[in-house]
Amino acid sequence: MSFNSNAGSAGGPRHVSRRRFVQGLAAGGALAGLGLWVKPSWALKSPGQIEVLPGTEFQLSIGETPVNFTGRTRPAITLNGSLPAPILRWREGTTVNLRVGNALPAGSIHGDITSVHWHGILLPSNMDGAPGFSFDGIRRGEAYQYRFDVRQNGTYWYHSHSAMQEQAGLYGAIIIDAAEPEPFAYDRDYVVLLSDWTDLSPKALMNRLKKMSMHDNYYQRTVGDFFRDLREDGLKATLADRRMWGQMRMTPTDLSDVNANTYTYLMNGTTSLGNWTALFRSGEKVRLRFINGSAMTYFDVRIPGLKMTVVAADGQFVHPVSVDEFRIAVAETFDVIVEPSGQDAFTIFAQDMGRTGYISGTLAVREGLRAPVPAVDPRPILTLDDMEHGGMGGHGGHDMAKMQPSEAAPMAGMDHSQHGAASMPGMDHGGQGMAGMPGMDHGGGMQTHPASEQGNPLVDMQTMAPMSKLDDPGIGLRDNGRKVLTYAAMRTLFEDPDGREPGRTVELHLTGHMEKFAWSFDGIPFASAEPLRLNYGERMRIVLVNDTMMTHPIHLHGLWSDIEDDSGEFHLRKHVVDMPPGSKRGFRVRADALGRWPFHCHLLYHMESGMMREVRVEE
Amino acid sequence: MNATHRNHRNAMLVIAIGLVLTATSAAAQQMDHSQHQMPPTRTEPAKPKPKPAIARDDKTNAGTSASSGDHATMQHDPAVPPGTKQDADGMSGMDHGAMQDDAMQGMDHSATQPENASQAPQNDTKPMSDMDHGAMQGMDYGAMGRAGPAPTEPRQPIPPLTDSERAAAFPDLVEHEHGQTIHSFFLLDKLEAFDADPGTGLTWEGLGWIGSDTNRLWLRSEGERSDGKTESADLEVLYGRSISPWWDVVAGVRHDFKPGASQSFAAFGVQGLAPQKFEIEATGYVGERGQTAARFAVEYDLPFSGRLILQPMVEANLYGKTDPLRGIGSGLSTAEVGLRLRYEFTRKFAPYIGVVYERAFGNTTDLRRDDFERVDDTRIVIGLRTWF
Repeated sequence: MSFNSNAGSAGGPRHVSRRRFVQGLAAGGALAGLGLWVKPSWALKSPGQIEVLPGTEFQLSIGETPVNFTGRTRPAITLNGSLPAPILRWREGTTVNLRVGNALPAGSIHGDITSVHWHGILLPSNMDGAPGFSFDGIRRGEAYQYRFDVRQNGTYWYHSHSAMQEQAGLYGAIIIDAAEPEPFAYDRDYVVLLSDWTDLSPKALMNRLKKMSMHDNYYQRTVGDFFRDLREDGLKATLADRRMWGQMRMTPTDLSDVNANTYTYLMNGTTSLGNWTALFRSGEKVRLRFINGSAMTYFDVRIPGLKMTVVAADGQFVHPVSVDEFRIAVAETFDVIVEPSGQDAFTIFAQDMGRTGYISGTLAVREGLRAPVPAVDPRPILTLDDMEHGGMGGHGGHDMAKMQPSEAAPMAGMDHSQHGAASMPGMDHGGQGMAGMPGMDHGGGMQTHPASEQGNPLVDMQTMAPMSKLDDPGIGLRDNGRKVLTYAAMRTLFEDPDGREPGRTVELHLTGHMEKFAWSFDGIPFASAEPLRLNYGERMRIVLVNDTMMTHPIHLHGLWSDIEDDSGEFHLRKHVVDMPPGSKRGFRVRADALGRWPFHCHLLYHMESGMMREVRVEE
Repeated sequence: MNATHRNHRNAMLVIAIGLVLTATSAAAQQMDHSQHQMPPTRTEPAKPKPKPAIARDDKTNAGTSASSGDHATMQHDPAVPPGTKQDADGMSGMDHGAMQDDAMQGMDHSATQPENASQAPQNDTKPMSDMDHGAMQGMDYGAMGRAGPAPTEPRQPIPPLTDSERAAAFPDLVEHEHGQTIHSFFLLDKLEAFDADPGTGLTWEGLGWIGSDTNRLWLRSEGERSDGKTESADLEVLYGRSISPWWDVVAGVRHDFKPGASQSFAAFGVQGLAPQKFEIEATGYVGERGQTAARFAVEYDLPFSGRLILQPMVEANLYGKTDPLRGIGSGLSTAEVGLRLRYEFTRKFAPYIGVVYERAFGNTTDLRRDDFERVDDTRIVIGLRTWF
């Protein structure tokens, strides 16, 4: 629960490396293929904006297109020649027909088979587009006819579910216009699709992660850091800290597996130099539909000078909440409304969670304007409390005896926003501080672990006293002087559409081995895991426990994930449940869609290395 | 002589440890398989699962089945909720119902009308279409989330299934590969030159693996050339299996091309990452003509910056028998301490400079003296670390 700046070490974020400079040279974008596709007359296209394809009938073709974001030309995988793919605009209550053809050239680095998954969309499982589940994928030269009823509205996205193609460019936004009037008004509407680009082929990056998972972590604690800590914290605390991290064979600077040392971040397919721009007139309300289409990158987003009112999360309306900043997990979407005035330009600033880089764009009254771009924040380091790793040597978790329900109950009613903020400052490594937060736990006590984790060579750590952390802004965002969105602060606008108490609970642990880059649920990789079976029509609860030191966005296809609040009530309807280190979060599932559905970490390379299960809804 | 004998015993001990660990690995293998057959739903926590606050009331009462039972297998019959639980629900339902009345100000949800409330989602949104922030924030947290006791039937009915939906849900699929993937890693940890007398010396040390996360074929090699001729060179080919997150047991063969005539050993050992991230290799060897040997190596990475890394290392070689032709004495034969400072221009291109101190012990000292060789040697080395 502490915030330690590590900005003093070499290679700090303010240091503009040669590589960053080189990255900035290319504004980016598709080089060719434009013009290959006959644009329908109803396509709405203005300069710098992604093409919008509205309607119910769609002809989509997946192919290879050379792109240049870094100064080097690389073959991206694109849809209708565009990166990101065109915005699909549907209407709630209609039936859409999408014919997706595979026009990948022979010998493409992206393989022979492709697919499109409609992320967060309720549909029959054979329309979901995840090869190997209820669908075979689309082979070269063939096409697949997707057809389903649109039963929801809001901001979603679509992406490939094959051969790591979503890393290489196959992702786009879906906007579904509501059948009923929306509970807020706005004058302009923009998609802000964030993503991470690498010149490496996804396969090469996967191989590199397997060889050297720490490749991008140039921020290991140094001898200099040791002496600084010695000076600031004293010998005893410094040695104890180093001993504990050493005991775990881990490094507290490990915030993300792949960062800006590998990635160039994009906003709507444009680099920061390209400066994607959204226009406004002073006083207008502008709806920004943020989508994180990254393979591996969490972004912390803010628009200096503007409050953002979050009105929807993962496409579903929430009670409006006004914030300065939000963290968007991979595959999440947030709709915000801003009312820019008083300046001609505002910077939309999204830095990666590891503080290694950023992507920026501009809200401006006309093209060509820019506002100052803030510096990347100091790099945070993980603390043992972040992982609720209490059992490992005298830190907070062993105060669990205090977490009896009688004490917890009065805490649960505390104002969440204050609760979090009040407890954060000065809670460095603080065992004593933990006593202030019992209400966040679903009942306290030491965490137990499935038998399949015991003695498992691919489980390198376990959390001891996880908490929901719903009101925790997250690593690097606590106490930063800005109001940061949390899951606790968002609440779905409508009440639980199902309403039943979950009939049963299944607990699944997020597990992994950092050094081997092996990821799994309960220590069992997808290749050897049995499906999780749900009965059609049942209401059940899935409780996730994060036993790793990484943050995982967990996505269940086909069914909503209704996150429960700390008192176990329906709280927030999502399609991605973000799981910070040391967190334990429960969500309700209504099994009302028959079939085989992927359930996985949406960090692409975690999924690829085994952090996936099949959820099978059967009669 | 006595000391030599003890060293010999130490060497055998390392081998014995290796053997024991190999056996452990076999056990681990069986364990793995049983785990893999275990369906994920069986992961019942021994502790109570996280329960709503209302269930916590149960716990304070008497630890009733609702909070202490086996939740993974317990199927609440939706039509008949457990009695104790219903009490709790009823009470909290009342509380929240009261809160709701205050906050909702006449909206037509109420504790007694969950059916009406179920149609609310779209209606709810209408009063807010002006996005009056003041009104929103004034609403009580939790006020809209509940409408009395949880219904036993879903508010939105579960749609009945048709045969075409059933067919669409489980289509016949082409076989899809989900096998474990094979990866590989080859590290040339040391490739370095030093000023030999006469000429230039060259030393290498590398390792590599091919395989899955837990089962790998390991290759290791080290050797030295001086003034154009190979002084020593060996290659080990080992099967390695992870027995814990940080330790592998390895077994295989080692072949020494030099010194002297080539010879082979059976090899057993452990390797891994000790606490504080010391990289450790401990291997015992049994040779063709009854020779035994052991090698122990420790390495550590000490970062001065993200790219400037100091690598201290220690390596010791032990032998069971004196082998004068190869200049090997029994017991602790040679030991080496090195300190290498590398700069990782990229992860794959890391030149370094270093200092290495090597010396002979015991009988090896005598053999070297007999050959008019130095008993110890300090070298300044310059080299390159790379991997692929």
